[in-house]
Amino acid sequence: MTHVLVVGAGPAGLSAAVAASDAGARVTLLDSGDGLGGQYWRHLPLQRPAQREARLHHGWAAFDRLRGSLAGIEVVTEAQVWAIETHDGIAVHVLIGPADAGGRAARTLTPDALVLATGAHDRTLPFPGWNLPGVFSAGAAQALAKGERVAVGRRAVVAGAGPFLLPVAQSLTAAGARVLGVYEAARPSALAKGWLPRPWRLLGAAHKGGELAGYAAHHLGRRVPYRLGRAVVEARGDGRVEEVVIARLNADWSPVPGTERTLAADAVCVSHGFTPRLELPIAAGCRIGPDRFVAVDADQRTSVESVYAAGEITGIGGVDAALVEGRIAGARAAGAPASPADLKRRGATTDFARRIDAAHGIRRGWTSWLRDDTVVCRCEEVAYGPLCDAAAATDQAALRSVKLTSRAGLGICQARMCGRTVEELTGADPARAEDTTDRRPLAAPIRLGDLAAPATTCGKDTHV
Amino acid sequence: MSAIVPWETDPIRPDEPKPLHITVDGTRIEGLQGQSIAGVLLAHGTTEWRTTTAGRRRGVFCGIGVCFDCIAAVNGESDVRLCLRRANDGDTVTTQDDTKEAP
Amino acid sequence: MNADVVVIGAGIVGAACARALARTGLRVVVVDRGAPASATSARGEGNLLVSDKAPGPELDLAMLAARHWPGLAASLADELGPGFPDIEYDPKGGVVVATTEEGAEPLRAFADGQAAAGVEVAHLTAREALSLEPHLNPAITAAVHYPQDAQLQPVVATEALLASARRAGVTVLPHQEVVGVVREGDRITGVRTATETISAPSVVVAAGPWSGTVAGVLGADLPVRPRRGMVLVTARMAQRVFHKVYDGDYFGATQSADADLQTSSVVESTPGGTVLIGSSRQQIGFDDRLRVHVLAEIAKRALRLFPFLAGTPVIRAYGGFRPYVPDHLPVVGPDPRHPGLWYATGHEGAGIGLAGVTGDLLCAQLTGTAPAIDPAPFQPSRPSLAAHLTGGAA
Repeated sequence: MTHVLVVGAGPAGLSAAVAASDAGARVTLLDSGDGLGGQYWRHLPLQRPAQREARLHHGWAAFDRLRGSLAGIEVVTEAQVWAIETHDGIAVHVLIGPADAGGRAARTLTPDALVLATGAHDRTLPFPGWNLPGVFSAGAAQALAKGERVAVGRRAVVAGAGPFLLPVAQSLTAAGARVLGVYEAARPSALAKGWLPRPWRLLGAAHKGGELAGYAAHHLGRRVPYRLGRAVVEARGDGRVEEVVIARLNADWSPVPGTERTLAADAVCVSHGFTPRLELPIAAGCRIGPDRFVAVDADQRTSVESVYAAGEITGIGGVDAALVEGRIAGARAAGAPASPADLKRRGATTDFARRIDAAHGIRRGWTSWLRDDTVVCRCEEVAYGPLCDAAAATDQAALRSVKLTSRAGLGICQARMCGRTVEELTGADPARAEDTTDRRPLAAPIRLGDLAAPATTCGKDTHV
Repeated sequence: MSAIVPWETDPIRPDEPKPLHITVDGTRIEGLQGQSIAGVLLAHGTTEWRTTTAGRRRGVFCGIGVCFDCIAAVNGESDVRLCLRRANDGDTVTTQDDTKEAP
Repeated sequence: MNADVVVIGAGIVGAACARALARTGLRVVVVDRGAPASATSARGEGNLLVSDKAPGPELDLAMLAARHWPGLAASLADELGPGFPDIEYDPKGGVVVATTEEGAEPLRAFADGQAAAGVEVAHLTAREALSLEPHLNPAITAAVHYPQDAQLQPVVATEALLASARRAGVTVLPHQEVVGVVREGDRITGVRTATETISAPSVVVAAGPWSGTVAGVLGADLPVRPRRGMVLVTARMAQRVFHKVYDGDYFGATQSADADLQTSSVVESTPGGTVLIGSSRQQIGFDDRLRVHVLAEIAKRALRLFPFLAGTPVIRAYGGFRPYVPDHLPVVGPDPRHPGLWYATGHEGAGIGLAGVTGDLLCAQLTGTAPAIDPAPFQPSRPSLAAHLTGGAA
């Protein structure tokens, strides 16, 4: 029996696990969180049941169906993959237990096939004051609203770029916050380029259009302004956010002088797109394409024979793409053919990523809203001025050199927050593998005592 | 200020949550079973608990465990991401200050 | 393109050579197939050690380097100004510790031998060791303090040498691999990259673990092989480690020739607040794939020195390739079989510390001026290396 290991239990991973199991494989599904659903279906924990939780979500029925189909699948939550070895077949090293705890149980899996569905996280461009308490990624605002029923503030501003800003605003409102406005950097001309003339005509799939039309109507109904060609260019306050400065943007995203407006706010929720979580695919030896996503073929297979990838790590395609790609990856990993219907559906979803990028992709003029003292690397408190000095001092701006001379990207988050930005600001060439910040042989921190001798060695898994 | 939706009026109709208590730097704080430690703090209106090397304050930023802004010591173990760690009754949390010279 | 000297390799040794040569007025071009300061020089800990070297030529060179680096660091800082990142030169000293009964006497004997060769050595009682390093495992069987050991930030140091070299007129060409040689008879008169030919009467191979490969491209040979090493980096913490601290097996590992995994513990703090933990040595070619059992070994040995590290998160692991030479001595001098060809390589884990004096030693030989140290032991033609060369010594 083929043993398929799926890493990540968001839409793509859940979908892959069920498909692999349906195709007759023995399946293990891992997720680092203590619940299933990933970020898209982030929900209240078991200890806080709610009758009408579905009201906070989209596609809840799909989620219910998937998590009801897990019988026969070994599901391990609180399972953090911290390393993947490839020098002697593929070995996946996992720590199981409360997040970051010492002494977690250790397990090493050597599956026949691996499906990576590790998802993505917000990419938030730095701006003056973005490191003040009260500034969050847009994803945080939504995760806390759905997973904790916490509103991050009373007067919230949502800003950045991409259709994701709208559901974030909706989640905030549903958690009791007043959303003062949603400020999208893309201007109408860019949106028209990416979408059809109306920004809520998203995909070929009809229901998707309805979903976003619902958002737009919700906003219009609740009088939450949705403004195009605007950005939060500064957050200010005494020790925490008290007000934001919003400016109009040119087409290249540079702020238009004289258009700044100040707004009193106690929460700022910002996302300018997504960064795929590539450390595990890279550790597994998968080739990353020039578009900075895992390169996969029609079977969702990566450049490594037994390794598949699905969901946001192959392209920011949203939940529809993730579900289809997951099904294809799961079936193929189990050695079964993908369904022709799925292959056809996937064709319709690949356009989504391209459209988002055309409409909402980051434009280079954003750097003009930076100041010398704007923090770029949050972990190491490296500001824009010193970062540029380090790049200038090292003449050729080799990324490794800039990191090691400025300390940008060397902190505990290992460049997850600042990596793409540091690459861009220092002129690194992402086509050169050594010039990217995505490579992390240790995918998560591990205490030295656990590295030396894991707490409980369940031994290497063998295929039975 | 961050705040939690009161369960009695939450339109998603949650069951009555069960309470728990944690200590943060010696101060007892009430929370609910099922909250992350960050959730306990945010529900309590606390949005910052860490000091960086530059002496600036941080709390939650990404909320999903990738930024490591929210780390604190939990039950004697340093560098725990509070947004990922489910709170247990009796947890002792000590906030971290990167400007401190000696342990 | 014409030059007086082509230096192949823009790591710390190549940078030091280029700088030294340019400051005598020579026109120097440095060429590297990758980015400068990004290979071996960017993958170590920045060690400037005398403590790990047995009496002999390499120790002599290291003693010279220990006296040379403070002045070099100050001179670079002066020249490049306060806007340039700090080299972080720190004469923190080293403490070598034995934690087993069998390890105690060999450590003491080794230190006595070094003392006789002029190294500053202080035998410590366990209590004295603990006063220098309060968090050390108290079960110490022997301890030696080496005040002359120092630390710096190797990438900044390399970039500083390159910046200074550029100011002296050196041209640095990154991302250009040397693919061929130009000869007149058996004289080397230049090198070829994919896009250019650089004519120069002297070519210096300073390509670290790739020096053997580069020598081959130039029609020569040099038995330099890669020796893989890994380093662990912890989360930042309040400082608990105050010197370089190693278990007595560190020098055993550098001297041995075993292809199998060799680990010994090296632990030190950095100005950034993290703790660096090494070290490992493996001869597995240029294979940089992760090996968890190597990290586990490094971790185990570190815990013997500093038990408190058990709860410390490791946030990063990185590795590099050291240039290993079968007779354990750097190769700095002309290749007598190939007129015009020079080497400055083979420093196996000591390259950062020895870079400055290597640059000067290479320069003195190439320009015919008086070297600061006898160059004979470092010649490619030395008897202990001759057996490994094609055509033996010239």
